[in-house]
Amino acid sequence: MASAIAAEELSKRYRIGELQSAYGTLRDSLVSAARRALRREHRPRAAEVWALRDVSFVVPEGEVLGIIGRNGAGKSTLLKILTRITTPTSGRATIRGRVGSLLEVGTGFHPELTGRENIFLNGSVLGMRRREIQQKFAEIVEFSGVEKFIDTPVKRYSSGMSVRLAFAVAAHLEPEILLVDEVLAVGDAEFQRRCLGRMEDLSRSGRTVLFVSHNMQAVTQLCDRVLWLDGGRVVGDGPSSELVAAYLQSGHGSSSSRVWPDLETAPGDELVRLVHARVVQDGKEAAAVDVRRPVGIEIGFHVLHRDGPPVFPKLKVVDERGDVAFNAMDTSPRWHEPATPGTYVSTAWIPGNLLNEGFVTVHVAVCSLGLTKLVHHAGMHDALSFHVQDPGEGDSARGIFAGQWQGVVRPLLEWTTEER
Amino acid sequence: MTDTELDARDLAPVADPSLSAAAPSVDRVTVIRPAPRWPHLDLRELWHYRELLVTLAWRDIAVRYKQTSIGVAWAILQPLLMMVVFTLIFGKFGNFPSKGLQYQIFTYSALLPWVYFASSVNLASASLVANRGLVTKVYFPRVLMPLAGVVVPLVDFVFAFGVLVALCAWYHRWPDATIVVAPLFLAMALVTALGVGLFLAAVNVRYRDVAYTIPFLMQLWMFLSGVFYAFSALPEWAQLVLAVNPMTTVIDGFQWGTLGTHPPELDKAMISVGATATVFVVGLWYFRRSEPRFADTI
Repeated sequence: MASAIAAEELSKRYRIGELQSAYGTLRDSLVSAARRALRREHRPRAAEVWALRDVSFVVPEGEVLGIIGRNGAGKSTLLKILTRITTPTSGRATIRGRVGSLLEVGTGFHPELTGRENIFLNGSVLGMRRREIQQKFAEIVEFSGVEKFIDTPVKRYSSGMSVRLAFAVAAHLEPEILLVDEVLAVGDAEFQRRCLGRMEDLSRSGRTVLFVSHNMQAVTQLCDRVLWLDGGRVVGDGPSSELVAAYLQSGHGSSSSRVWPDLETAPGDELVRLVHARVVQDGKEAAAVDVRRPVGIEIGFHVLHRDGPPVFPKLKVVDERGDVAFNAMDTSPRWHEPATPGTYVSTAWIPGNLLNEGFVTVHVAVCSLGLTKLVHHAGMHDALSFHVQDPGEGDSARGIFAGQWQGVVRPLLEWTTEER
Repeated sequence: MTDTELDARDLAPVADPSLSAAAPSVDRVTVIRPAPRWPHLDLRELWHYRELLVTLAWRDIAVRYKQTSIGVAWAILQPLLMMVVFTLIFGKFGNFPSKGLQYQIFTYSALLPWVYFASSVNLASASLVANRGLVTKVYFPRVLMPLAGVVVPLVDFVFAFGVLVALCAWYHRWPDATIVVAPLFLAMALVTALGVGLFLAAVNVRYRDVAYTIPFLMQLWMFLSGVFYAFSALPEWAQLVLAVNPMTTVIDGFQWGTLGTHPPELDKAMISVGATATVFVVGLWYFRRSEPRFADTI
């Protein structure tokens, strides 16, 4: 069978500084050039990083390939190269068929234009022919459910409506190859569900799908094969169940549950070792949690001996942008004395209506108090992760509003109003 | 840049019967390669994306005429008001040379290609930064954005041209057969604006402060283009020097075509055409060279 994608030693090099504050001002450049000329200095050599290094793989037509790896492993760079947004520094890739990606949803929408006009604009930007859009127009409009407002400027749409319209266009693109970056797929839980559903439909109809995700459960479920990237290189390529297991064991992955069966190799020092950690809601382990109800972070750890400082469990919750939502530790008197050797299971309850929707990672640790900072005896970054979802029943902080809701946290506040 | 081969030649049809009827028929093969050292313009790819150019231009026109409540009036008012001011200052008090025409008609016919040129340069040079969302999310030949930038002001030009027709009718001045050359000089303005726009658009991605200098640059440029004085009335040496500015020939030639004045002199016209070609080639080359890094730096 023909391969849909064949990548041969793709590499991408960035100069440091190109990634952040990439553009500057001509004035600054001229000033520093003049200064160098006056002092007869040479231009400092820019440091370089390889975001991708010699990545080779072949995706047969109709395969669903998962791409895993921690942040900065090169997953997004790979997708950017495959969608031709950026060019590789070396190597080549051959792609057979039209590439569509769910990162593109709503790209090119213009608020001043009507829904009808935006369907043509957006479709054309995504690579559809005008005739093709005309043929599918009725279908797109029906799928979006905004028939009544199709001749209204999009700026008057609720954000839910414009997302639906944008998604309807993207869903009718019918690419032969679909690229999905879960981390970048913004939108509410409902929208993300639709994206995943659409992906399953496409793969069932024989389309090729590349799926980038942190959600190992989804990867195992949806993907036939997995490509594991680390530091820009391919460190694993094989059946998804095997690789996901290896990935999770390596400690790079995140999941809603984690067990360290061997005390010897478990994270920790000579005083404390981690045993397990998991996310629970309503008495069950959960990869996706309801935003309205409390979420338990369960940390199991083993204290090896008495001759240490008093230890206590601690966690740090980080949102999908990498912002720290909060730190929390158990301050109960139980941990004021050194603990008796043995296994402990502590659960921290994150209240309902606190975290915002999205992908949350949790760092778990067992610490003791130091003079100026906490001493980590056992701990793991990105140990757990889960999705916070809003079923949209109207009783959460967003009420019946369906659009984007910013913030690291999303408390349900009590409001009082007096009429004066 | 990458190349799109639109027809699969070495690709056998998908034979696997296990794929459903909905299985895609692959008719497009894309080869992704590093950016070449010596960029060229892939005309076949550009042709493939022609519909997108039309869509992008149509978007800008639609938005422009929706947003400005005076819409069409603005396209006419800008050159018209400039004409009135120039006529009062340079025509009445300054007695500037106007090729023996009514000063109003003389300066308005010069303003038409000039205003087109200036708005084209403005739009084209801002086109990439203004469309960041597109540049960082979807692939298409980036040349389309500045290209749309020089197409959009043509609509304004058409409306403003109507006023020239009205002015000529008022002063009983009818065009003769030379009218056919006018579009050629407009095309020269387009190519020049595209060259400058391509260059500035690419520079703009890298250096954001350049955008602030463009209005000043355009103003200076106008003074050197014979918009409110007759270029042909300058001393010979000055004409030869200023001919490096293609807009002198564009305006001279446009007036020749629409009003039947003297045609541009050949030596100066050749200098201008050479300058247009140089500006276009350099602009396009610099743009194509910077293109692979647009998405990373914008």
